[in-house]
Amino acid sequence: MNQLPRLRASRALAIPLPANGAKSLIETLAFAAAAFVLLILALFVAPHARAQGGFDVIIGLTTDKFPDTERALNELPGAGLATAPDIVEALVANRLYFNGPARKLYFADEAGKMFDAATGESADVMASALKKVRINNAVRRSLDAARGALTLMSPDPAKRKAAADSVFKSRDATALPLLEAALAQETVSANRKILEEARAAIIAGDSGANEVQRLEAIDILKSRGDQDAVSVLTTIASWSEGRVKAAADSASSVIQAKLALWRNVQNIWYGLSLGSVLLLAAIGLAITFGVMGIINMAHGEMVMLGAYTTFAVQEWARTSHPGLLNYSLFIAIPLAFLVTAAVGILIERVVIRFLYGRPLETLLATFGISLILQQAVRTIFGANNREVSAPSFMAGSFDFGSLQIGYGRMWIIVFALAVFFALQFVLRATSFGLRMRAVTQNRRMASSMGIDTNRIDAMAFGLGSGIAGMAGVALSQIDNVSPNLGQSYIIDSFMVVVFGGVGNLWGTLLGALTLGVANKFLEPIAGAVLGKILLLVFIILFIQKRPRGLFALKGRAVEA
Amino acid sequence: MEARKPLLLSLIDGRGAIFLGILTAAAVLVPLLSLVIPANSAFAIPAYLVALFGKYLCYALLAIALDLVWGYCGILSLGHGAFFALGGYAMGMYLMRQIGTRGVYAHPELPDFMVFLNMKELPITWWGFQSFPYAMLMVLLIPGLLAFIFGFLAFRSRVTGVYLSIITQAMTYALLLAFFRNDMGFGGNNGLTDFKDILGFNVQAKETRAALFVASCIALGAGYLIARAVTESKFGKVVIAIRDAESRTRFLGYRVETYKLAVFVLSAMMAGVAGALYVPQVGIINPGEFAPGNSIEAVIWVAVGGRGTLVGAALGAIIVNWGKTFFTGALPEYWLFALGALFVLVTLFLPKGVVGVIEQFKAQRASANKGGTAAAPAAE
Repeated sequence: MNQLPRLRASRALAIPLPANGAKSLIETLAFAAAAFVLLILALFVAPHARAQGGFDVIIGLTTDKFPDTERALNELPGAGLATAPDIVEALVANRLYFNGPARKLYFADEAGKMFDAATGESADVMASALKKVRINNAVRRSLDAARGALTLMSPDPAKRKAAADSVFKSRDATALPLLEAALAQETVSANRKILEEARAAIIAGDSGANEVQRLEAIDILKSRGDQDAVSVLTTIASWSEGRVKAAADSASSVIQAKLALWRNVQNIWYGLSLGSVLLLAAIGLAITFGVMGIINMAHGEMVMLGAYTTFAVQEWARTSHPGLLNYSLFIAIPLAFLVTAAVGILIERVVIRFLYGRPLETLLATFGISLILQQAVRTIFGANNREVSAPSFMAGSFDFGSLQIGYGRMWIIVFALAVFFALQFVLRATSFGLRMRAVTQNRRMASSMGIDTNRIDAMAFGLGSGIAGMAGVALSQIDNVSPNLGQSYIIDSFMVVVFGGVGNLWGTLLGALTLGVANKFLEPIAGAVLGKILLLVFIILFIQKRPRGLFALKGRAVEA
Repeated sequence: MEARKPLLLSLIDGRGAIFLGILTAAAVLVPLLSLVIPANSAFAIPAYLVALFGKYLCYALLAIALDLVWGYCGILSLGHGAFFALGGYAMGMYLMRQIGTRGVYAHPELPDFMVFLNMKELPITWWGFQSFPYAMLMVLLIPGLLAFIFGFLAFRSRVTGVYLSIITQAMTYALLLAFFRNDMGFGGNNGLTDFKDILGFNVQAKETRAALFVASCIALGAGYLIARAVTESKFGKVVIAIRDAESRTRFLGYRVETYKLAVFVLSAMMAGVAGALYVPQVGIINPGEFAPGNSIEAVIWVAVGGRGTLVGAALGAIIVNWGKTFFTGALPEYWLFALGALFVLVTLFLPKGVVGVIEQFKAQRASANKGGTAAAPAAE
């Protein structure tokens, strides 16, 4: 009991000091002396914590009058009550009770156990015998402010950060003393920065502050450099004059120019991310199309099978080898390649090899196969989406300038490029690749040279399918794993292949990345759907100009 | 030399005679069994079946349109569903305008979905659709115009084979996305539905359904005869030559792209008519009709029946869709297996389709009869 008034007294001394830099030292000392007298009085007269002017926070909450409640909440953070956070949380949760005649305040914990709000000791009262402290909108505002102010001092750094952020947004000048106090204690440098920015936002917007301070504050806001800073600066510029207005205007235009630049960087980054997904999905298609001249409509289903392989591996790890769960992707990648390559070779041997020279019929047969595979997966795994969790190294993100880069997207780009270059290596540096390129360029001549074109066809189909399977592993991280997964990518993959041209994987790379980036730049202008339509129309028109894509195979190949 | 037959009769060969005969019989019998025979009789056809058969006939007309470009001109269009759906939308817009004040919001001019979307006046695309002749003109013109623009660009720059198939697919996919948008003013996701009247008759009524069925029979018969007239003419011979050897035909001095374009536009218009007849019978048109899968499915109807036979295309459409109705009712989870297997087996083992098999069987019997006159009577 006796401890509380002393705590409050130290507050009474501390508050006026940072709050009013303009106040003279004498005034401050006088105020401190007055507060000291009050403290002595408090020790003898009142059992409760008292604030300036004899207002008692606890009693203010027991009068059942909204203005009193509001005032009590406004003064609560500065009153130095040890139970202040409990009182605020209890009020938020509607668990704060009072006994009017006895001027006693109680709060209940989540279990319903009652405590005396003045002491924090458990109290032997029944909630049913008490009244609840009521809230209206004005009170709720004060409550939020009190809550924010109290969390500025919270022991949890993340909570302090959130509170500092909210002060920055509210720019509530009354929070300034608390902000200063918090700043004095804050040890985490990132939090300090936000607190300083919040203080700058308040000072820059304070017409009473002197110009030098305001200009400094504007500099701090300028270095923050985000959209929130722009909105603070434009409000300040709208009512300020002279140098402050000029500084705020120039700072906000500098920030906006920088933000526009970062928006473009972000569009490029998202575009590359989408492009890498397209690349993964299309590159296998480009191989089968390039070598055999057929469009494999079941290609999307290979992607889907790869995704389901990932799911199966993950479930296996979850049930029998929990230690491997985080690394199940590394098992899934080669396994998905093998599974889908095997399915691809099977399809080639059983169906496609009987249809050579009839590319349009092959298109129909592979479409039939895609329907069968979809339904088979639906029958085995069910029609619902399956959850593939992200391993720890793919979760989270880091900041690059104003850009937030997710590890998931980043690794998918890396993976796509790795697959691309591995494939280039296979095609350029192995004898299988040499044969494959020979068949692509001139099938009959290659055959005359002793290349077993049948075998190459089967291997190429297996390779293309296997890469689709690996694409499925990557897609399982960013898309729903469902039987329809493949269908949503197949048309985009076709577009990439016809746009990029066949016979040269660089065309596929360029096509995928161009379409990805173009898509992301069109989205904010035209909307996602219209942007996609525009791209489709663009490709249809592009094909008129270059009927064989960007990188057409040069040579004397002509159709019969 | 035999005497010159009248033009119409010269178009009807053995297959065609059977086909048109069955079609005429259906046009007479189905309304009779649906309207005249009492409902409790064993032969009575309920109204929903009339609509179902009518739907098959529309699909058959779409298949004939597709066969005209694929079977005779070698253009594998994976976007014919788009022309079908556009025709359907034109008809749907007419039907929407006929609802008038009977909609939920009872707006005299705007269809319900426009009131719902806070549109103030009728978009320009909807003008004139209250008139039946105008709507019918649009049924022909809109798919025809799209086919003309698309074909003009594609054929002029000699986009052929798989590339052409892919961009037709891109076309229908783009339209699918576009019609899903509410801003397009065509009902967005939900499409057009809740139709009331067609030419003043209730769409749901038995009599109207029978009339629509007869109209579908007539349209299918007419479509068949037009396709026959085209393929049998000198023009048609050039088209077939293009299918078999495009470069050679071009070297002979024919303007290949003009021929292709003409056939493509005609085929798109036929598909549009099929779509227009389809909509009042099923009672709804939505963007789902643009789905690329639908267009590919139409291709398989043609392949099943027999590519380049016209009658076979119609037959294939009816067989496959009848199978679909049966499977989705009895064994829903096996329908995709069956359809997929159909795609694979037909392309592998029945390159000429059902009609091809029948012809082959006939030819074998004919040669057997010729080869052994002694054995033949014993067999019979």
